[in-house]
Amino acid sequence: MAHETMNVVIVGHVDHGKSTLVGRLLADTGTLGEGKLEKVQEVCRQQGKVFEYAFLLDALEEEQGQGITIDSARVFFRTALRDYIIIDAPGHIEFLKNMVSGAARAEAAVLLIDANEGVRENSRRHGYLLSVLGIKQIVVAVNKIDLVDYDEKVFRDIVAEYREFLAEIDIEPRHFVPVSAREGDFVATRSERLAWFDGPTILEAVDGFTKQAPESELPLRLPVQDVFKFNERGDDRRIVVGRVEAGTLRPGERVLFSPSNKVSTISTIEAWQADAPSSVGAGNSVGITLSEQIYIRRGEIMSHLHAPPQVSTKLRANLFWLSKKPMQPGKRYKLKLTTAETEVTIDEIHRILDASNLDASLTKNQVERHDVADLVLRTRVPIAFDLTAEVETTGRFVIVDEYDIAGGGIVREVVSDRLEQRRLESRIREIEWVRGDISPEQRAHYAGHPASMVMLTGATGTGKHRIGRALESALVHRGHRAYLLDGKNVVLGVDADLAFDDIEELVRSFGEVAHLLLDAGNLVISTTNVIGLSDHLAIKTQIAPFDMFVVHLGPEAEGLPEGADMRLDPNPDGPHDREVNQITAELRERGRLLMQSK
Amino acid sequence: MSHLDELENQSVYIFREAYKHFKNLCMLWSIGKDSTVMLWLARKAFFGHVPFPLVHIDTSYKIPVMIEYRDKLARQWGLEMVVGQNRAALAAGMNHTRGRLVCCRALKTDALINTLSGAWPRKRMGPDGEYREELDGEAFTGVIVGARADEEGSRAKERYFSPRDHNSDWDVSDQPPELWNQFKTDFAPGTHVRIHPLLDWTEINIWEYIEKENIPIIDLYFDKGSGKRYRSIGCETCTGMIESPARNPAEIITELRLTNIPERAGRAQDQEDTYAMEKLRREGYM
Repeated sequence: MAHETMNVVIVGHVDHGKSTLVGRLLADTGTLGEGKLEKVQEVCRQQGKVFEYAFLLDALEEEQGQGITIDSARVFFRTALRDYIIIDAPGHIEFLKNMVSGAARAEAAVLLIDANEGVRENSRRHGYLLSVLGIKQIVVAVNKIDLVDYDEKVFRDIVAEYREFLAEIDIEPRHFVPVSAREGDFVATRSERLAWFDGPTILEAVDGFTKQAPESELPLRLPVQDVFKFNERGDDRRIVVGRVEAGTLRPGERVLFSPSNKVSTISTIEAWQADAPSSVGAGNSVGITLSEQIYIRRGEIMSHLHAPPQVSTKLRANLFWLSKKPMQPGKRYKLKLTTAETEVTIDEIHRILDASNLDASLTKNQVERHDVADLVLRTRVPIAFDLTAEVETTGRFVIVDEYDIAGGGIVREVVSDRLEQRRLESRIREIEWVRGDISPEQRAHYAGHPASMVMLTGATGTGKHRIGRALESALVHRGHRAYLLDGKNVVLGVDADLAFDDIEELVRSFGEVAHLLLDAGNLVISTTNVIGLSDHLAIKTQIAPFDMFVVHLGPEAEGLPEGADMRLDPNPDGPHDREVNQITAELRERGRLLMQSK
Repeated sequence: MSHLDELENQSVYIFREAYKHFKNLCMLWSIGKDSTVMLWLARKAFFGHVPFPLVHIDTSYKIPVMIEYRDKLARQWGLEMVVGQNRAALAAGMNHTRGRLVCCRALKTDALINTLSGAWPRKRMGPDGEYREELDGEAFTGVIVGARADEEGSRAKERYFSPRDHNSDWDVSDQPPELWNQFKTDFAPGTHVRIHPLLDWTEINIWEYIEKENIPIIDLYFDKGSGKRYRSIGCETCTGMIESPARNPAEIITELRLTNIPERAGRAQDQEDTYAMEKLRREGYM
C-alpha cells in the first residue's frame, strides 16, 4: 500500500541555501537515483564549475547558468516514517509568484535563514505569505552556521529577532535548528560542531510534522464543479460533481444550494468501478444525484440546511498581489473562489502593507506587485463563501487579470450589503416553506415550463408593457401558464394600507406576490413600470430559488446593462410578434420553456 | 484517506476542471502505463465515459503490439481515437540514425503540434471502430498529458495547467501562478493549455494504482519468461528492455522500492544532451 505522503515547502531569502539543503537531504537519505550525483558532478567538471548540491534540484539550463532557482521543483524522498514531496521554492523576489505556487501546495514549511546574513526582507515576506497561505507547521533552519564558526550567540540572536517578527503574524515555529547544508551538520545527522544544540535535526523536525486530517468535522461544503448529463452516451443520470471541501454528506440528507437558495435531497452517491460509499467526507471528488431535480449552476455551494455559507457581494480580505500590473480601484477583475467565478472590483482599501517589514504605506492608492493589502472587494453578483477562519478552503480566492492569476487572498469578514436582509429572509422562507404533494417538476410537466419570471426593463416609452401583454397572450394561447403581473395591481390591493412613498415595502410586497405566483408554477411576466422598480435586482434576490430572466429594451448603443440577459430594440408601437418570438426562443434555449405543452 | 486516494481525487478534480473549461479538449494517449492510468482516471471522473478524443502520435517505429493494444481497447471502451503522423518526414526516410533529437523533433514534436492544431490531416476512429481520414480538423485548446514531476528535472517544474504559446513553446522561466486548485483556464486566442492530472504521481504510485484497480495495462511491462521487460515504452528503435523477472504489478512495486536506477535510463534520447528533455519540452514535446 502507498505510504503516507506529505508536501513540505522550503522557503527563504535568495542565496540562503534552500536548494543546497534539499540536495543535501536527498544525498544523505540515499534518495538520489543511481549515478545522479556523479552525473551532475561530471556536468560541473565539463562546465568548469564548482559542484553544488543545489545543482541536483535546479534542473533548468537557465537556473544552473545563473545559479538561482527560477521555479519551484517537486522532489520526492522517503524516510522511515513517510514519503515526502519536497517543494524547493525560489527565493528571488522576481520569482515570488513561483514561490507562492509552490508553497500553496504544502502542508508544512521549512523557512531558511542565512546565519551570516541574518533576517532579510524575503525571510519576512515569505513568513507573511506562509501565514496567508494557511501553513501553520513551520520549522526555521538557520543555515550556513559553518560560516559563523558554529557560534551559538549568532544563532540565538537570529532566533530572537525572527521569533518576534513571526509572533506579529501569528506564526509559532515548532523548532529553530542551526544547520550547515553544505557540510551536512544537523540536516540528516547530528554534529559535534553543534554540540551546544540539543534540538532535532532538520530531518527529525520534518518527521515531527503531523499530517492534517481533511476537514470532515466542519459544516458540509460542496462547491458545484459541474452537472453531468451523458444522455447521448446512453446515460440518463444527472450527476452533480464537485469536491467535498469540508464536512460529510450522506444519501437522504436535505441540502441547500447557495446563493440560489434551492433545496433538494441527496438521492445517491455515484461511483464507477467501485461500490458507492454510504457517506463521503472532505477531500473527496464526488458525484451525487438529487431526488428533486432543480436547476443549479457551477459555483453554488451545497451545504446542509441549517449551516449554510455566507452570501454577499462584499467581502473584506487580506490580499497579496503578484502581477506586474498593479491592482487598481475602478478596474474590473475576475474573482475565482472554489468553483465560483464573478466580476470583482475594489470597494475600499483599508491598508497596503510592505510584506517585507509590515510597514503600512500612507500614500499608495493601488496595490502594487508584491504588496499585501487589507481591503473590501465588491462582486458583481452575490457569491457564497466562508470566512477563512471558519472553513479555510471556501474562504480563499484568486484574482485573474486578463488571462492569468494576478493575486490571491483570504476572506476575513463579511461586509453587509444592501440586500443582506432580503437574502436572509428568502433563505429562511425557502427552508421553512410548506408544500403540498405536487412537486415543482410535476407542475412544470403539466405547464410545459418550470416556474420562472420574465422581467422587462428599459426607459419609458420603449414598449415594455405592450410586449409583456403580447408575450402573455402568445404563451397562454399555446397552453402555457403565463401571467402578466402588473405592479399597479399589487399597489391597489395588497399595498392599500401602505404609504405611497414606502418604496422599500412596496417592492418587498411585490416580490412576495411574485414568489407566490411562481410557487404555483406560473411563468410570471412583469415590467419595471408602475412602482418604479429601478431595482429589479432586489426582486431577483427575493424570488430565489426561482430565476428571473431580464429582457432589456433599448438601442444597441446602450449595450447589455448589468444583470440583463438579452436586449431588444422594438418599435414601441408594434407589432411585437418578432420580439415575442425572440423571447420565447431564448426561453426555450435556456430551458425556461419546454417543447411539449398541452 | 490513503495517498493513492488523495492522488486519485486530485486527478479527478483536474479532469473535471479541464472538461468544464475547454471546449476543444483532447488527451494524449501514448499507450504506456502512465497515460493508460490517466485514461482509467478519466473514466472515474466521468462515470465510465471518456467525453473527449484521445490523440496518439504514431511514429511508425512503435513496438507493433502497442498499436494492436491501442485499437483493441479503443473499440472495447468506445474511445474516440485521433491518430497523427509526420507523413512527409517518414516518406523522406526519417529515422533515429539521423540523430535521436532530430528524429524525436520530427516524428514526435512536429507531428504532435500539427496534429493538435489540425494543420496536418489526421485519422479519426468512428463509432464503427474504423479509422477515417480527417482533413481541416479543429485545433485542440486543452491537451491533457500524462507528465509526472518525478520523471526528470524539467517536468518537476510544471504546473497542473501549463500554457503554450502559438508556437507551442513553453516559457518555463515565466509561468503564471497556480494556487489553491485555481488553474489557468483563460487563454489568448491561438494559444493552448497543457493539463497534467498525474503531476504528483510517482512511478511507484502508478504501479500501486494499476494493481489496486486491476487496470489492463499493456503486457510489454512484464517479464514473459525471457528475464527481461520494458520499464518505459516508446519507439522500438530507442527503447531498451531491462533485466527483470517481474511478471506483475506487485513484483514491479517490490523491485522499484529497491532500485536507484532512473526510469528513463532505457530511453536513448534522454542521454544525448544534459538538457535534452528540457529542450524538447520547451518546443512542445510531451
